[in-house]
Amino acid sequence: MAIGVSDGTGAAALPGPEAPARGGRFRAMRLPHSPKVLIGLGILAVFVVVAIIGPSIAPYAPNYSPGLVKVMIHGQFRELPAAGWARWTSTPGCPAQYACPLLFYPVGPSGSHWLGTAFFGGFQDVWSQLLYSTQATMLVGFLAGAIATALSVLVGVTAGYLGGGPDEGLSLLSNVFLAIPGLPLLIVLAIYIPAVDTSPVVVALIVAVTGWAWGARVLRAQTLSLRNRDFVEAARVSGEGRLRIILFEVLPNLLPIVASSFLFVTLYSIGAYIALAFLSLAGADIWNWGLMLYYANAAGAVESGFWWWWVPPGICIALVGTGLALVNFGIDEFINPRLRMGGLSRKVARRLGIPARPRLGFTTVLPRRKGSASAPKEAG
Amino acid sequence: MSPVAGRPAGSPSAADVVLEIRGLSVDYGLGVDAVHAVVECDLTLRRGQVMGLAGESGSGKSTLSMAALRLLRHPALITKGEVLFHSKPSNRSDGGRTLDLLRASDGQLRAVRWNEISVVLQSALNALNPVITIGAQFDDLLKVHRRDLSAAERRSRAVELLELVGMTGDRLRSFPHELSGGMRQRAMIGMALALDPQLMILDEPTTALDVVTQREILEELMELRDRLGFAALFITHDLSLLVELADEIAVMYAGRLIERAPANSIFRAPRLPYTYGLLHCFPPMHGERRPMEGIPGSPPDLRDLPPGCAFHPRCPWAMERCRREVPVLTAIAGTGREVACWLHSGGATVPQELDLPDPPPPQAGSPEPPTGRHRRAER
Repeated sequence: MAIGVSDGTGAAALPGPEAPARGGRFRAMRLPHSPKVLIGLGILAVFVVVAIIGPSIAPYAPNYSPGLVKVMIHGQFRELPAAGWARWTSTPGCPAQYACPLLFYPVGPSGSHWLGTAFFGGFQDVWSQLLYSTQATMLVGFLAGAIATALSVLVGVTAGYLGGGPDEGLSLLSNVFLAIPGLPLLIVLAIYIPAVDTSPVVVALIVAVTGWAWGARVLRAQTLSLRNRDFVEAARVSGEGRLRIILFEVLPNLLPIVASSFLFVTLYSIGAYIALAFLSLAGADIWNWGLMLYYANAAGAVESGFWWWWVPPGICIALVGTGLALVNFGIDEFINPRLRMGGLSRKVARRLGIPARPRLGFTTVLPRRKGSASAPKEAG
Repeated sequence: MSPVAGRPAGSPSAADVVLEIRGLSVDYGLGVDAVHAVVECDLTLRRGQVMGLAGESGSGKSTLSMAALRLLRHPALITKGEVLFHSKPSNRSDGGRTLDLLRASDGQLRAVRWNEISVVLQSALNALNPVITIGAQFDDLLKVHRRDLSAAERRSRAVELLELVGMTGDRLRSFPHELSGGMRQRAMIGMALALDPQLMILDEPTTALDVVTQREILEELMELRDRLGFAALFITHDLSLLVELADEIAVMYAGRLIERAPANSIFRAPRLPYTYGLLHCFPPMHGERRPMEGIPGSPPDLRDLPPGCAFHPRCPWAMERCRREVPVLTAIAGTGREVACWLHSGGATVPQELDLPDPPPPQAGSPEPPTGRHRRAER
């Protein structure tokens, strides 16, 4: 007789249910399955890699111009840029026997200059400029995003959690910054701070100063609602310090907002930096996409049809923006455990014939199928 | 107010049944990660009947009842089964229709919810909107479901409902936080009664309350049940409570229904080792003294259930067969009860403790079945 308590391990040898293939007790934080997010992460990864290795793989320095070579044209020595960097025509209507002035133009994409050349003082390689420019642009974007996010967390969470006087003061501060138009303030700051010309970090700092207020307001509101929740009350009762409650109880709940505000501020910062550089307020020493656009604009590239000069930085800006926005789609699901789809991808949903987006209040019902064993746990 | 409904007779004829759950299975998650929270459960509720659903935490009782209304949120997935709701022939426009809630359209489902099946949740504080007065919440409810009522009619109906659950009409002006826990739960019950439903699902409605309030509310609830004739599915982990107030008790373990019997029978003569253990883990107030026995071990991990009967590692009477085969809910011949246990089917010798004679069927001859009040009066 099998009287007594079995510990259950003795039954392991019996033909029982298939062992569930699962990992440890704690599942690693998984990347979202959504293709949108993966594409976004991919785009950003490419730009980050280019930002790091760009200067070392660029064929030329961004402002390198080849020296002039003497070439005999129609029996006369003329000084011309090296072959492949430019094309020229003689002035229309000028008789060939005279030393007519030559007109030089940048050339479009070719094997030696993948994105063609630019002309500003001399002829430069657009591809090299683009590779160099990515670094400062990304640095300013992410750095300013990080600084502004840190500022908004600091101000917003502090104001929301402490309440009272500190809240009044900090809210006033963020409201003032919200009310001041960003770009004019940025322009004024850039004019008065000379270090802007030489240091991307300084640019990131002043961009961050104009971009933190919105995040702070949102975080303050969310903190206000969190601080009265029972789990925060429980933490207070259990004797946790104020700082610990803010950092370990409140802040993790704000992560989706923090992450999303980081992405938006990063995008804003890239735009602001490009705008400053386009207005030639960020100096000419640090190459960035805005500087490229400034030169292209100053040289009349758009009117002259030198599209290879201004389209690449424009596409890069659009791509980074798209990448950040796509990542933002999935950041919630990535961080908020309640929003994870529990293995339900679009593909799986289609195979099972159920909606890919479950609706609240209408639990998904698997369509009835004949002879399908949906409960593999049952052993004969 | 509807008249007092006739109490169900002994035989469960089709017209009697209000809710039929057949082979309902619910998973949390998909594929290998899926946790089978409810596996092929059958449950039949007759009109006016109080069905108790008992089980430990995590045994699937709330999942089962919420799945029947399709109120579970993702990643819950109903994988199998049907939930048939039979509306009363004379009741409103949809005369005597049967609706499978799992196949119903959104509109059909919305029409049934609260109109016919209402829910009382465990935490009334969380179920009531904290920034709206009780009166406004009654008003909203009636405005949505009873379009023909005027504002004054809605108000008088709300007052009537509050008085029904033992509160005064002036409480309509209160916000939820101004009420005590018991009053909030009363208000919730009043709200659940507002549309005169045929079935009320009570998900541990009194667990958060002290025993005195609990008793008051439950007695009131049972009295209302007698007057209004709704059926109730009462979910609790407190088996002793169910013995007091339910007509029939279903016991769940690890996602399966493992015993179903009239409340009295389950109390006097449990057939299942698990139920036996449950009944012996609290001291009896009256009668002979008996040693307290708990159930050894702890509830199984639903992600990694033992093979065979999920209870066998904790069962003192486990046999070889229990380790291999999952027992199915089968009727014990000659009684109105069903058990999923190999001890009671397949010719095994039933231990003496699990073979006590059934108490006499309560319905036979007596005009009213014994409710909790009767049993309490006996003592």
